[in-house]
Amino acid sequence: MTDSAASRNRETLRKLAIIALLMFGFGYALVPLYEKICEVTGINNLVKPDEVVNTQVDTSRTIVMEFDANVRGEINWQLIPRERKKRVHPGELVHVVFDLKNASDVPVLAQAIPSYGPQRAGLYVKKLDCFCFTQQEIAAGENRELSVVLVVEPSIPRDVHTVTLSYTMFEIEGAEQRSASIRLAGGKKS
Amino acid sequence: MEAVHEHDHGHDHPSGIMRWVTTTNHKDIGTMYLWFSFTMFLVGGVMALVIRAELFQPGLQVVEPEFFNQMTTLHGLIMVFGAIMPAFVGFANWQIPMMIGAPDMAFPRMNNWSFWLLPPAAMLLVISMFVPGGSAGVGWTLYAPLTVQQGMGMDLVIFAVHILGMSSIMGSINIITTILNMRAPGMTMMKMPLFVWTWLITAYLLIAAMPVLAGAVTMTLTDRHFGTNFFNAAGGGDPVLFQHIFWFFGHPEVYIIAIPAFGVVSQVLPAFSRKPLFGYASMVYATASIAILSFLVWAHHMYTVGMPVEAQLYYMFATMLIAVPTGVKVFNWVATMWKGSLTFETPMLFAIGFLFLFTLGGFTGLVLSLTPVDVQLHDTYYVVAHFHYVMVAGALFSAFAGVYFWLPKWIGKMYDEKLGKLHFWLSIIFFNVTFFVQHFSGLAGMPRRIPDYALQFADFNMISSIGAFGFGLSQLLFLYILVKAIRSGEKAPEKPWEGADTLEWTHLPTPAPYHSFETPPTVK
Repeated sequence: MTDSAASRNRETLRKLAIIALLMFGFGYALVPLYEKICEVTGINNLVKPDEVVNTQVDTSRTIVMEFDANVRGEINWQLIPRERKKRVHPGELVHVVFDLKNASDVPVLAQAIPSYGPQRAGLYVKKLDCFCFTQQEIAAGENRELSVVLVVEPSIPRDVHTVTLSYTMFEIEGAEQRSASIRLAGGKKS
Repeated sequence: MEAVHEHDHGHDHPSGIMRWVTTTNHKDIGTMYLWFSFTMFLVGGVMALVIRAELFQPGLQVVEPEFFNQMTTLHGLIMVFGAIMPAFVGFANWQIPMMIGAPDMAFPRMNNWSFWLLPPAAMLLVISMFVPGGSAGVGWTLYAPLTVQQGMGMDLVIFAVHILGMSSIMGSINIITTILNMRAPGMTMMKMPLFVWTWLITAYLLIAAMPVLAGAVTMTLTDRHFGTNFFNAAGGGDPVLFQHIFWFFGHPEVYIIAIPAFGVVSQVLPAFSRKPLFGYASMVYATASIAILSFLVWAHHMYTVGMPVEAQLYYMFATMLIAVPTGVKVFNWVATMWKGSLTFETPMLFAIGFLFLFTLGGFTGLVLSLTPVDVQLHDTYYVVAHFHYVMVAGALFSAFAGVYFWLPKWIGKMYDEKLGKLHFWLSIIFFNVTFFVQHFSGLAGMPRRIPDYALQFADFNMISSIGAFGFGLSQLLFLYILVKAIRSGEKAPEKPWEGADTLEWTHLPTPAPYHSFETPPTVK
């Protein structure tokens, strides 16, 4: 092969290698892109306050709201709703309290993620304030009262009579160095 | 590049095992790719048989559920990355330089590296079964958050995917450079055989898609060990994000497997129809449009994750659009055969088998593109039947067609035609026994990736398992045919296939010499 052909090949190699590297970067770029798309289109809007446009209370309808809570991870802690059930009117301001108990001897950084049953009902449950909007740093042995303020939109379909709001409290692992020791300590207990 | 010249004159290449370790010859490397992929095909096949043995009857008889999950994962990964893809890279290595009149690949040393990355990756996959906790039991799609909860077998699988990806990217760069820069004088782009065209397009797909998969598994790795939260809901991540990234790679991957198969069939059908390929230019454009569309339809694999209905509609229509260029190809193949003087030697039989069954797999794909239908059929055996029609009857049959077609050129000896035909008929019958019934169990609601199932699926599963063992054993016949041809095959005539008209048949002796086209031919 002549030198000019070889250098032409090297030039092609260089261009193609750059494309491959760019595509590796593109894989990572999909992460903020995905978040942006979810934010713009309002999908997956779990940890931001909702805007409530209509606060007219529809007393002609009553919806049963059920509250549920779970914790994940290997440490000894609990999240319990004070009321398991509440009858609410669409448009009414509802205040619910959950109790978080850290029975372990280590501090935990935690984040709650809400989910709804039926799933579509989540579109109509507007949270004005929620402990799930922020991370909770809870000290060893601490008990904390966590509250949610929400409105069920009056536009919720007529065939929905019961809405379950369930929180799962996750321990944020690897957020800081100490979380590794948290897991070890928790593992021994359980 | 100098190394190539030294080989040319000196013929001092080492013998024995070192010949294969150090070789930079495209034919040697092609041979190694093909044998490697056949070995992995048998390994992945044994895993499939473990799966089918367990599913022969309801209840748990043969393996533990955890091991069953590892088998479905490794079967998928090994067949896709270890068997089908290297097989077609093997074809590319052997054929592309000969078909465009080039002396070798553009980067012979890199070519050697891209092959020798494969055995370590395969070993990592196999070793992962023997570490504490076993291999990854997550399915070949490696979905988070399950991947985060696996043992160290998962890490071995991730590294294997990294290495396989590197190998594919290096191979693709080599193929593109060879095709763009090393064509013989007169071999314009639109005169290239369709196999070369399909590989050019596939190589671009690989360069664009494989790095994204590398990114996805790297994120999984850092989520597992380095405290990132890409897919961990607690840390602000999202498991659905993994599915988006994975399928951004995964859908083009489907065409990475299918398009070279189209290329092989586009060489075989005209040769045995004794007519030029019908609609050459439209074939090129159809292949290119399939490749571009493949990057725009990924979310049809994940209709059930809760996308807005507008997004579902977009992905549904975009997916159905792919049927148009694919239809162009199928009609062109049929038109190529129309009024041709057909003969039905083994390569032709496999190509026609491909045409029938790939089209059937395409149709079930069209069914699955419909969102409301897919929501019902998602993760059922209907999907399993669909993708085995396009991957086994599609890609694998086309690879068989290619091996029978080019074997005389490669080794200068003929395979046993009677046994070849027997291999075809056994394969096509047992293939359909295995997979046709899976449409029914899928429609009846049998989920995939489960070791046990409800009683009403028992008959279909028994039939499917019998077919699978038949299909697996038939492939040993293929091995026997190959060994027999290499050991004691009849000497091949200079041009065993009357209708073959590409450069390797018209300008090179049979068998092809170790160094071919040192002076480029002139193409009219």
